[in-house]
Amino acid sequence: MTAIEHTRRRGLASTIVWYLALLLLAAVVLYPLVWLLSATFKPSSEFGRNSGLLPWEPTLDNYVRVWDGIAGIPLWRYALNSLIVASLAVVGTLGSSALAAYAFARVPFKGSGLFFAAMIGTLLLPFHVIIIPQYIIFNQLDLLDTYVPLLIGKYLGTEAFFVFLMVQFIRGIPRELDEAARIDGAGHPRIFRSIILPLLRPALVTGGIFSFIWTWNDFLGPLIYLTSPENYTLPVALRLYNDATSTSDYGATVAASLLSLIPVLLFFLIFQRLLIRGVATQGLKG
Amino acid sequence: MAGYGFLAPWLVGFFGLTVGPMAVSLYLAFTRYDIFTPPEWAGFANFTRMFTDDPIFLRSAKVTLEYVLIGTPVKLAAALAVALLLNSITRGSGFFRSAFYTPSLIGASVSVAIVWRAMFAGDGPVDTSLKSLGLDLGGWVGDVDLAIPMMIILVVWQFGAPMVIFLAGLKQVPTELYEAAEVDGAGPVHRFWKVTVPMLSPVIFFNLLLETIHAFQVFGSAFIISNGSGAPGGQLNFITLYMYKRGFADMQMGYAAAIAWIVLVAVAIIAAIMFRSARSWVYYAGDQR
Repeated sequence: MTAIEHTRRRGLASTIVWYLALLLLAAVVLYPLVWLLSATFKPSSEFGRNSGLLPWEPTLDNYVRVWDGIAGIPLWRYALNSLIVASLAVVGTLGSSALAAYAFARVPFKGSGLFFAAMIGTLLLPFHVIIIPQYIIFNQLDLLDTYVPLLIGKYLGTEAFFVFLMVQFIRGIPRELDEAARIDGAGHPRIFRSIILPLLRPALVTGGIFSFIWTWNDFLGPLIYLTSPENYTLPVALRLYNDATSTSDYGATVAASLLSLIPVLLFFLIFQRLLIRGVATQGLKG
Repeated sequence: MAGYGFLAPWLVGFFGLTVGPMAVSLYLAFTRYDIFTPPEWAGFANFTRMFTDDPIFLRSAKVTLEYVLIGTPVKLAAALAVALLLNSITRGSGFFRSAFYTPSLIGASVSVAIVWRAMFAGDGPVDTSLKSLGLDLGGWVGDVDLAIPMMIILVVWQFGAPMVIFLAGLKQVPTELYEAAEVDGAGPVHRFWKVTVPMLSPVIFFNLLLETIHAFQVFGSAFIISNGSGAPGGQLNFITLYMYKRGFADMQMGYAAAIAWIVLVAVAIIAAIMFRSARSWVYYAGDQR
């Protein structure tokens, strides 16, 4: 056996071991999701008795019951609320972040470096120090139980992740394009609208999906600000299920949990490449 | 002036929703305030109460630090290990990358918290399978010693996001370095410590900083798993949950603001230690160090 054959054979063996390890790990990592899926088909009598993956007597009852909702409000209403809040958040986040990112990446102005550092600083700021005063302000403005407190920050670019993502992207766009437009007499608003914004599309898609998913999943904001059940988003409605029915209707709880994950998982399935690239660049140039 | 025009919304948000509220919460931290009557100056009373007269706070700080200081390094080690595995295969890495990333997208959601509670309940799948191996733990959620490990497993499960960042970093390590090390007779372990770790160190630092700060903010999962209580023994009463209860359930807004500032100071100290230590282990290519 030559040396090369030897390494090749060892390579094959170790490759098989690698793949087995990865497959095993993937099974462990995805197990909770598969378990959740199967749990939604278990009749209530099996909860606490059948902890395995296969329902003994599969049923669709849980889905029928979950449709009736909780607190006298059908599930679709909570889903609609979540959809409204998340969609409005996407619009605000993308608009305000793109504007700020253009200022940081392309417009030289006094204090630019200082504000950029401050923006990065807010990326590291724990939210604890701002939620109490924000609550007090929105309480005084009589905006509790509306979606304004959940959304206003998104329209004012307070989520530094998105500004930073777009700054990185705009920095990659060749400056020659701006220069050419400037020679043709275009000012900043025009350059932003007709050159940067169209080229920014991949970052807008990535940012939009992340903004949607994070708002969709957000729990603390709706928990603090929304008081009437008809305004609840899905996560706070799920909490009602979790509290009220942990013993009586476990099936509906798991079915509702799965349904609320579906939009997130769908987005990920469709846009996984873009999303993963967005995460990767975020970390590399930081 | 065009710069300020584009930056206007961000500036309003920065001062109106971040800097302003920070200043207000700093003031409130020195008051007693129940939102219905005007704040009443209390000096350092909130802070002395926290450290001398509030065992629940001390317990909460302890479980939070345990969770952050154990969970984050374990999560990053897992992320790096799997990234190395994925980096060494040629086919199917896209599938595995997506599969491993999925928990990072949904891990903090209420749905997953509900699943976690069920999985680690006394009659749930985790305990049932451990029982078949002869290990009877009897439910993790209510157990003082097992609740934190359960939460750490939940955060480690979300290793996909830092893994993706590590993978992108690994792709940028020049292969010549590995070849040169191999020619010099360095084995895989040696190559890992002398080539991979130094070349990845900026990315490791970035992940460590962000994941640590992120871990301090754990809330929804602990809230759902303990039904909003923080569990009977306080083992799930993480600092954010405790602050929420004091501020929004007991309406002790001044005390909650003081807790918030202690969290900020703790995070700042940990970040400062990281930045300081970074000088000796974070290597930026092109530096003359």
